[in-house]
Amino acid sequence: MASIFQYIGQAIAYTLFAVFVGYFATKPAYTNFPPDKAQIKLSFGHAGEHATECRRLTQEELNQLAPNMRRPLDCPRGRLPVLIELELDGELLYSEALPPSGLAGDGVSTAYKTFAVDPGQHQLVARLRDSNRTEGFDYEKTSEITLSPQQNFVVDFHPSRDGFLFL
Amino acid sequence: MSGLRTVAKAAFESVENFFDRAFGPELNPMHQLGALGWFFYWIVIVSGVYLYIFFDTGIHQAYESLEYITNVQWYAAGVMRSLHRYASDALIIVMILHLVREFVMDRYRGARWFSWFTGVPLLWFVFACGITGYWMVWDVLAQYIAITTTEWLDTLGIFGETIARNFLNPDILSGRFFTLMVFIHIAVPLFLLLAMWIHIQRQNYAKVNPPKGLAIGTLGMLLVLSFIKPAVSQPPADLSIVPAVIDLDWFYLAAYPLLDIIPGLTMWAIAVGGSLLLALLPWLPPRRREAAAVVDLDNCNGCGRCVDDCPFTAVILQQRTDDTAFSEEAIVNSSLCTSCGICVGACPTSTPFRRTSELVPGIDLPDQGMQALRDDVLAAAAKLSGETRVIVFGCKNGPDLQRLNGPAVAAMELQCIGMLPPSFVDFLITRHHVDGIFLTGCTLGDCHNRLGNKWTEQRLAGERDPYLRERVPRERIGKFWAGLTHNKRLSQEVAAFQERIKGLPPYHRPSRKPSGQQPAESS
Repeated sequence: MASIFQYIGQAIAYTLFAVFVGYFATKPAYTNFPPDKAQIKLSFGHAGEHATECRRLTQEELNQLAPNMRRPLDCPRGRLPVLIELELDGELLYSEALPPSGLAGDGVSTAYKTFAVDPGQHQLVARLRDSNRTEGFDYEKTSEITLSPQQNFVVDFHPSRDGFLFL
Repeated sequence: MSGLRTVAKAAFESVENFFDRAFGPELNPMHQLGALGWFFYWIVIVSGVYLYIFFDTGIHQAYESLEYITNVQWYAAGVMRSLHRYASDALIIVMILHLVREFVMDRYRGARWFSWFTGVPLLWFVFACGITGYWMVWDVLAQYIAITTTEWLDTLGIFGETIARNFLNPDILSGRFFTLMVFIHIAVPLFLLLAMWIHIQRQNYAKVNPPKGLAIGTLGMLLVLSFIKPAVSQPPADLSIVPAVIDLDWFYLAAYPLLDIIPGLTMWAIAVGGSLLLALLPWLPPRRREAAAVVDLDNCNGCGRCVDDCPFTAVILQQRTDDTAFSEEAIVNSSLCTSCGICVGACPTSTPFRRTSELVPGIDLPDQGMQALRDDVLAAAAKLSGETRVIVFGCKNGPDLQRLNGPAVAAMELQCIGMLPPSFVDFLITRHHVDGIFLTGCTLGDCHNRLGNKWTEQRLAGERDPYLRERVPRERIGKFWAGLTHNKRLSQEVAAFQERIKGLPPYHRPSRKPSGQQPAESS
């Protein structure tokens, strides 16, 4: 039979355990993002153009292939990197040549970046190049945006929906 | 390393001594960490099944259903939700403590590698259960977890598309996603149960239920906590805003803030590499294994006592391979044997009364055989003098025995106290080799070999075969389960025991009873 002191000891042990569990189940709070900032999130997946133009095989080359493999065009799978630029209020926020994914370099180029910026009015410019041009961009969008604290402003890209989407 | 481990062991035992005083050795929660883990698991399962009745899948429905659970049906579903959360948190605590404790106590190497190795995946399963559970609430914490987890997964570069894009904005998120989360949150605990079952496969009499008193107290504690601080949701998730300040469950999510400062791939290397390192610890370095128990078929009648008593399922019975009349024989799986000798203590042929033939029991330890033990004990007893001659039997994982040696006291170290057959106690007392026997070893309820002191207690009390004969005067047997930290008190207990037996009348062997449960002496 346990003594009263043992019961008191058990009560203390249970209480300490409960306080430990109860406290660390929610506290201390973690500051994941500065509450006085807004976030611009750039995220898209887009495949650049093929790195090499398709080439028509000569008859001699076709003859060297097995009959069932005689495709007239040789199209290398590799794709170009996608060049992306973000500019905020005239200052370059981000610029990167995104390589194609996949072992053969034939997949989409993906971007997923976040930027903490001051809330308020801004001019945001997004540019993207997915071709083999050496200057300029294939897509560009400029917009005046107003950000509130903790707002998550998304920059997405869908060529089928006129390129950049500001969400 | 061994010196460091001894210090750590003593530190653990010092803390556990406090629990011993409050709970007693049987209910000491530090001796029941694995069983408490199972207990918390079942609380989580039962409360989870109840919550599932009211939980609704969908972007808005998930949060709304949990608000109903918490605020409208607070007296039942709300309490279940709190139990679900707090039992999950408690599971993490006892699991980590269990892991650290087994490491410190050196109970993870050698033949015991299997339980350690199979315990490592449990960590991943438990964390996966907890993280998916928080995800389903779809509040700002869930939003943070969803985005951080998928961003971390994306760093692996194995997904065709960035999966964190699923949480880009409210228009993209699909309600079917919650159906997937429910499926994962149910499937992973089932895999966890399977993994827990595998984890205890090499444990005989594995403790999967804590003692009733501890279970009631623990459940009561969780209930009180659930009423005082009910588990609640944080504000609903909104992908158009960034969760800024979040109340984290640090038991499950302590690593998440690290992802803000450590690159994702590095974190994968730490998580996977750390788990592999943890899993390989039993071989870093491997334990020096002593010779496994061996069966002597000429002395084994296949009674099965060694099978019943082996804590590690190393001994089994198989069909007899010789031409004797017995149907079965014991065989030892040496890869599972920890050489604790508990099987030897259980063998009825391990009796020192056998004087005309060599003492070869049916099962024996090559490194500390019964014949050698009898010779050593008799030699030690012959050197004792005075009227309180005592042999102290202890184990090598327990207290320091050498300090007890003196003119009237001789200490004998065994692999485990459970390897001492009760007949040795009988032999030494009733044949007047000594005036008393004192037994010591690991703390009660925390035998290094799991069951050694428990079986010894039961054998002496006549509750477990082989029994100590009734003729042996119990007042000439002393016990104190000293563990590592009670060396001074052990000396005092032995001295007090000597004082007690000094005042006893001389022992005279009673005449043989005509009938009764007395094994016959071999001669």
